[in-house]
Amino acid sequence: MAIDDRIVITGVGLTSPNGDNLTQFRRNLLAGVSGVQEFETRYMGKVLAGVCHYDPLKYQKKKEVRRGTRAGSIAIYCSHEAVADSGLAFDKLDRSRVGVFLGITEHGNVETENEVYNISLKNYDTAFWTHHHNPRTVANNPAGEVTLSMNIPGPHYTVGAACAAGNAGVISGVQMLRLGEVDVALAGGISEAIHTFGIFASFKAQGALAVHEVPAKASRPYDLDRNGIVVSEGGCVYVLERYQDAVSRGAKIYGEIVGYAMNSDATDFVLPLPERQVECMRLALKRAGISPAQVDIVNTHATATKLGDQQETVAMREVFKDAPTTYVNNTKSFIGHAMGAAAALELAGNLPAFQDKVVHPTINVDRLDPECAIPNLVANEPKKIEKVDYILKNSAGMLGINAVVVLKRV
Amino acid sequence: MTREEIRKAIIDILADIAPDEDTSGLKDDVGLRDQLGLDSMDFLDIVMELRKRYNVEVPSPDYPQLATMTSCLNYLSPKMA
Repeated sequence: MAIDDRIVITGVGLTSPNGDNLTQFRRNLLAGVSGVQEFETRYMGKVLAGVCHYDPLKYQKKKEVRRGTRAGSIAIYCSHEAVADSGLAFDKLDRSRVGVFLGITEHGNVETENEVYNISLKNYDTAFWTHHHNPRTVANNPAGEVTLSMNIPGPHYTVGAACAAGNAGVISGVQMLRLGEVDVALAGGISEAIHTFGIFASFKAQGALAVHEVPAKASRPYDLDRNGIVVSEGGCVYVLERYQDAVSRGAKIYGEIVGYAMNSDATDFVLPLPERQVECMRLALKRAGISPAQVDIVNTHATATKLGDQQETVAMREVFKDAPTTYVNNTKSFIGHAMGAAAALELAGNLPAFQDKVVHPTINVDRLDPECAIPNLVANEPKKIEKVDYILKNSAGMLGINAVVVLKRV
Repeated sequence: MTREEIRKAIIDILADIAPDEDTSGLKDDVGLRDQLGLDSMDFLDIVMELRKRYNVEVPSPDYPQLATMTSCLNYLSPKMA
């Protein structure tokens, strides 16, 4: 790989239902602390959701919060946190060489639902439809709000990639750095999903919305008693730089993105296809120049739907059939499904393993589904392993989109 | 509504639109935009809130009438009487 093609993570900014920075998030993942709680949603009453508790006013004025979107606010918080964590002298940077690339599962549903509700109170008179609707609902909104907040004149866009979007955002950042379009990429994924009732109602109609009398037990991938998805909000933004730039400024390096891949099942709107997931993981590993057995941790996508969990397991067993020291975990059991943010957040939760060599568990596996008995699944308790040199983050989403990222310890 | 009540109604709207600003010491004859750092989207919020809260319609040719507190009061008093 050409030296300029080596891309590393030098900053992490995140908010998840169980932590507003990487230290908190990791601590709770190792301590088995869930972030799932009851949440009131329009028309449906109480549902279970992953709710973030970051302080929006840390980086925004009240007026900016009011004018923008929840996705934009989360993106702004995560981006500021990531830059602060990176140690970049942001004020001295040529910010026209900074890009913002954020994965989203969907955008605009929240604002559209709000406005339809508002005009329903006015006999559907569209004169009461807000002029803020269009700037709030354009698909680039979350990334664009970051450029406004941080005065970044470089390129920005969102990447719509369903539940693989967090990985897709990271991949876009890597690509823009390798193309020489930017010198710093703020890349990751964002979710404001809990603020739209539609996503809950749609999963419920699909028989895929988790319910449990104990919120912390509701998200249970691989468990026989799972009954669906816990929808979550959240965000994770990485500062990505060329390896050489990071080394030159003495930056802390979380890991190097040595491989990635994206492909499409091309078969179904919602059902995943193991064969294509296998191809996606293998392509990412090939690009990373490693064998499956060299991967130390695989963080899975599993969302706690029966078929989705089982189909991904089929793919995992195939790719990692000759990988006796590859350990497997899942983060949605703690935070639910943070949609556009999911893959980026879930990868972040594993980054500290490069240093502490601890695989965080997947929790709530009380009765393991035999169809999901993945070898070396780290269930319920963290596991210390001998080395962590490579981490693979798998993700998949509706319309058959798959995205994989492979990280190497530097 | 009395002129004083209308003033309070306008200040309540402005406080929602510019929540970071102090609306207690507004000068009656200085432009609201300048005093509160309002832009065109904020200004449209004033029009929208008058419609929502008081069923008052401000046609676009009349927007300049909302420039200052005094001009607001003069313009809105007959409409909100």
